[in-house]
Amino acid sequence: MSSASRSSGPTRTEYLKAFRVMLLARTLEEKLASLYRAGLITGGVFLGRGQEALSTSVGFHLHKGDIFAPLIRDQAGRMAFGDTVLDTLRTYLGSQLGSMRGRDGNIHRGRPREGYYAMISHLGAMIPVVAGALMARRMRGETGVVGATCIGDGGTSTGAFHEGLNVAAVEKLPLVLVIANNQYAYSTPNTRQFACADLLDKAAGYGVAGHRVDGTDLGACLSVVGGAIKAAREGGGPQMIIGDLLRLVGHAEHDPGKYMDEKLKAAPVGRDCLQVAEEFILEETWATADEIAAWRTEAKEEVDETAMKVRREPTPDPNEEEWCAISETRLQDNFADA
Amino acid sequence: MITYKEALTAAMAKLLADDPRVFIYGQDVGSFGGAFKVTEGLAAAYPDRVLDAPISEDAIVGVAIGAAIEGMRPIVEMQFADFSTCGLNQIVNQAATLFYRTEVPCPIVVRLPSGGTAGAGPFHSQSMEALYATYPGLIVMTPATVEDAYSMLIEAVAIDDPVLFCEHKLLYNHLKAEKLPTESLPAGKARVARHGRDATIVSYGAMVHESLLAAKELVEDGYEIEVIDLRTVKPLDTDTILASVARTGRLLCVSEAWPWGGVAAEVVARVCAEGFALLDAPPQRLNAKDTPVPYHPDLWSAHRPTASAIVTATRSLLQA
Repeated sequence: MSSASRSSGPTRTEYLKAFRVMLLARTLEEKLASLYRAGLITGGVFLGRGQEALSTSVGFHLHKGDIFAPLIRDQAGRMAFGDTVLDTLRTYLGSQLGSMRGRDGNIHRGRPREGYYAMISHLGAMIPVVAGALMARRMRGETGVVGATCIGDGGTSTGAFHEGLNVAAVEKLPLVLVIANNQYAYSTPNTRQFACADLLDKAAGYGVAGHRVDGTDLGACLSVVGGAIKAAREGGGPQMIIGDLLRLVGHAEHDPGKYMDEKLKAAPVGRDCLQVAEEFILEETWATADEIAAWRTEAKEEVDETAMKVRREPTPDPNEEEWCAISETRLQDNFADA
Repeated sequence: MITYKEALTAAMAKLLADDPRVFIYGQDVGSFGGAFKVTEGLAAAYPDRVLDAPISEDAIVGVAIGAAIEGMRPIVEMQFADFSTCGLNQIVNQAATLFYRTEVPCPIVVRLPSGGTAGAGPFHSQSMEALYATYPGLIVMTPATVEDAYSMLIEAVAIDDPVLFCEHKLLYNHLKAEKLPTESLPAGKARVARHGRDATIVSYGAMVHESLLAAKELVEDGYEIEVIDLRTVKPLDTDTILASVARTGRLLCVSEAWPWGGVAAEVVARVCAEGFALLDAPPQRLNAKDTPVPYHPDLWSAHRPTASAIVTATRSLLQA
C-alpha cells in the first residue's frame, strides 16, 4: 500500500502541466454549466468539480496506445488523455461534427479506435470491457499496455464492478481501477452504500493491489496514480486506487445538492483540489499569481471562442439520418411504415 | 454421420484454425469441453484461445465486447440461454449500441444453448430470441439443421455486428446429417423446408422439426403444407413468408417461446400489415403456454407446441 509522498513527487514541469489541464477542465465545465443554465444544452450536465486532481492524474500517466474508459466526472482525465475542448463542446451542444454526431451526448462520448472508450450509463459496465480489451492485446502479443477506468463510491456496489474486477484479477491484467470516493452517489451517502470499514479493503478481497490517496492533493495523486499505472505496466496485475475527496457540486446541474453534509465541506476532504494546487504552486514559487491568472484567461478564451464556433455548427438532420443500428446494412430488418 | 452438436464443434475448430482473431470464452469451455461438450477438444488444440471464465455472465460479455473493439472475434458460450439474462446489460446496452453511437462495430457471437428438454425445468429451458430481437443493433440466428448449425456459426463470426446464436439443445445429439455443407443460404434468408399449397407454417429452431412431422401427418388427409424455416429471426425474411402465403392463403406461425410479443406475433403482424389481401383465413400462431417452463416431462410436453398440437392447429386453420 502506498501513500502520498512529496519526496518522490512530480517535477515542477509535470505538476504545472497537470495543473493547466485541471484549470482548462474546470474552465470548460464552468462554461458547460452556464450554457446549461442558458438553456443551450439539452440533456444532463455532470461536473467533475473537486475531482480534477485525481482524474487528471489518470490521463496524465497513460500513453498513446493505452486504453482509457472514463466515467461521468472525468472531464479533466479525458483532456489529459487527449480529448479536446472542441469535441467536448460539440458533444454537449449536439453538433453533427462531434464524435457522437448527436446520437449520444455529454459524457457518453469517446473514440474507441483511439483507446478512448465511450461509457454507457450503467455503472461498472466498462470494467469488464477494459479487461477484454487488455486480454485482446495480450493475445496479440502486445506488452506494456495499460487499461484504466474510473468509477465512484456508488459504482462499487454494482454487480458489474464485482464481476469485472474479479475477471481482471483472475486474468492478472494490467488494469488500473480508480475509485473517486466522493462521499455521495447522487444523494446517497457512503453510510448507505457499503458496510466495509474501508473501500480499500475490497482490494484484498479481489486479490489486487490497493492504493489510497488524498484526492485533493495533485502532487499525491500524480505520484500514487503514476505508481499504480507503472506497476500495472510492469506486470504487477490489477491496481485499485481509492482517492478520497468530495464532490463539490450536486449530482448534475439540475441538483443543488442540498443534502450534502456541511461538516464534510469544511473538512480536509472537502478542499478544492484546484485551489490547493494553486496555493502549492505559489508556495513553491513554481509560478507567480500573474502567470496563473494569464493561464486562466487563456483557458477561458479558448473555451469561449470554441463555444461560439460550435454553436454555429450544424445539428443532426433527422431526414439525413440513416436510422440503421448495425454496420452490415444488408442485414438491416425492414419494417413497413404505415 | 455428423450431429448438430458436432457441426457446431467443427465450425469452431475451423474458425480457430483459420482466424487468429477468434477465441472462445465461457464457463467450463476449456479442457472440460463445455456443459454440453460443444467445445470438446478445442482447448487442447488452442490452449490460449479457448478460455474458462468465472461465473460472471456480465463480465464474460463485457470481455468479449472489449476484445471485439480491439479487433478480435470472440465467441461467448452461455452455459444455458437462460443465464444470459445475467449478461443482458452488456448485450443490449453495450454491444447493441456501440456501432450506432461510435461507428465502431462490435463483432461478438454469443452462443445461447436454447429451448426445452425433458426435465430441464424453468431455468434451463428458455427461448430468448424475442428478447434480443427487440433491441436494435443485434442479429439473432436460430439454426434448425445440422448444416445451418455449421455454416451459420461460421457466418455469425464473419458478421461485423453482435450475433445472438440460438442453438437448440434438443437437436444437439438427435439431429444428424450425412456431411458438413459446402454452401448455404446467407444470413437473413429463410428456407422453404417443405413445399406445399394448402397452408404455410412458419417456424424456427426445434419447432421446424415438429412442424415437418405435422405436415407429414396431414398428407394422410390430403393436405400439402408448406413449412418455412426462418433461420434468422432478426432480420426477419418477410419476403419469403409473404411469397409462401401468396401461394397458400393461410398462415400458422409456430414458436417454442412465450406468446406475448415475440417472433410469432411479429410474423403475424407483418403478414397482416403487408399481405392482408393474400389471406383466406385469419392468421394463427402457436406458442408455448404463458407460464414458466415446467419440470415434469408430462407438463413440459404439453407446455410447448408438439407435432400433434401443430396438426390440430393446422386442421382448424384449414377449415377456417
